[in-house]
Amino acid sequence: MIEIVNIKKSFGDKQVLAGISGRFEDSHNSLIIGASGTGKSVLLKCIVGLITPDEGDVFFDGRSLYNSSAREVKKIRREMGMLFQGGALFDSKTVAENVRFPLDMLQNEMALSEKNDRVLHSLERVGLENAAQKMPSEISGGMKKRVGIARAIVMNPKYLFCDEPNSGLDPMTAIRIDELISEITDDYKMTTVVVTHDMNSVMGIGEYVMFLYNGLKEWEGDSQSILHAESKALREFVFASKIMEKLIHKE
Amino acid sequence: MNFIENWGKYFLFLYNMVRNKEPLRVYPPLIIDEMVKIGTNSLVIVAIVSSFIGAVTAIQTADNLVSPLVPLSVIGTICRDMNLLELAPTFTCVVLAGKVGSNLAGEIGSMRITEQIDAIDVMGINSTSFLILPKMVAACIMIPVLCILSAFLGLMGGYLVALLGDVMTPNDYVNGLRNGFRVFNVYFALIKSVVFAFLIASIASYKGYYTYGGALEIGQASTKAVTNAVIGILVADLVLAQVLI
Repeated sequence: MIEIVNIKKSFGDKQVLAGISGRFEDSHNSLIIGASGTGKSVLLKCIVGLITPDEGDVFFDGRSLYNSSAREVKKIRREMGMLFQGGALFDSKTVAENVRFPLDMLQNEMALSEKNDRVLHSLERVGLENAAQKMPSEISGGMKKRVGIARAIVMNPKYLFCDEPNSGLDPMTAIRIDELISEITDDYKMTTVVVTHDMNSVMGIGEYVMFLYNGLKEWEGDSQSILHAESKALREFVFASKIMEKLIHKE
Repeated sequence: MNFIENWGKYFLFLYNMVRNKEPLRVYPPLIIDEMVKIGTNSLVIVAIVSSFIGAVTAIQTADNLVSPLVPLSVIGTICRDMNLLELAPTFTCVVLAGKVGSNLAGEIGSMRITEQIDAIDVMGINSTSFLILPKMVAACIMIPVLCILSAFLGLMGGYLVALLGDVMTPNDYVNGLRNGFRVFNVYFALIKSVVFAFLIASIASYKGYYTYGGALEIGQASTKAVTNAVIGILVADLVLAQVLI
């Protein structure tokens, strides 16, 4: 379980996060949603430690990310996998080398054959076993995201973080990526946190949804109750999509 | 204030690079890879620049020493000292600041923009140590080697002028090279080149590492990396000359 406590972050005079707390349960897909510029990605980067918050802390199964020794923080980080918006694949490495990278760096005692088996298994899991020898420049955006997922899960992490996994993808591929994240969360019993502004994702995989507005947590709940939420900002966000409007009228 | 902040950030960047290093087994292949990129890939430009500058130095020195009272071998002596003390270490490193510095800043900057550095950090790997340290070590090994090569080719350029031109004989030139040779000048050139290599690699990496934005900012970071590295080289050149000579 991941618990965030009173996270605050400002950049210059602009306060992006004004004290956000919440809890992301094990084996659940938790979504952080909100309009562009509401601090979703900043919150995610505070959770994984890429941005240090001005105040607050993040606890991974009770272990503090910001008040622990460097060794403990390193240990926590090695239990994380993260999918970045653009995939963040290393341009100079093949798909297989990209996926094997965490193993090469962090699993000194593991035999090369075992590493290769793990890489193949991860690539099979995302349906890319045939692209192992391709370079990142030779594959599509959707494939890059799948390679990013394969790299994130190759170390069998306890926590998976996805920063806008659907951005820039066609609807079919976006749904496939959502399904993949959901399946992997169930299979590996991971705590998954996804940042998105895609309502298809919210309705498709959102078991717990946190809505950010003006740097604060405006609403939290599950994807079904989101349609009946009373928050004006949330309703505007949800029903900005015409499909969602039709869906609620149908109901 | 911004100036002081930048210095502070630069020194913290260097400190982070040596703190929490990755296991030593990780570095040798990375260092060799960087040595090829920094050293081998710069051979042609260094060879061309050094030979031509060496030849031009010989011609211009000869032109300024037209006097029956000055022996022609003095041209060789002047060329030797100019090459060893200034042209090989400083001029070559200014050229390398443009070639290697912009390359390093561009490479690291684009890794930053495309979140590759974030990906490394999230894995619990020290990105400064993993990415920058091998580049610094490789630069500090290969740039002095390039400077030695540059000095040799510069002197060979002068020799070709003596051989093909009519300003002096090759014998005069070689006698001049041997006349009053101080081994310390070679050490001095090597010390300078190591310091300059450190400046080129660290300043360029620093500028690349703290690039934020997009393609435009990567270009700006490369430009700043080159200009700052060149200024750093010139200031260090003055300080080293004052301290060591």
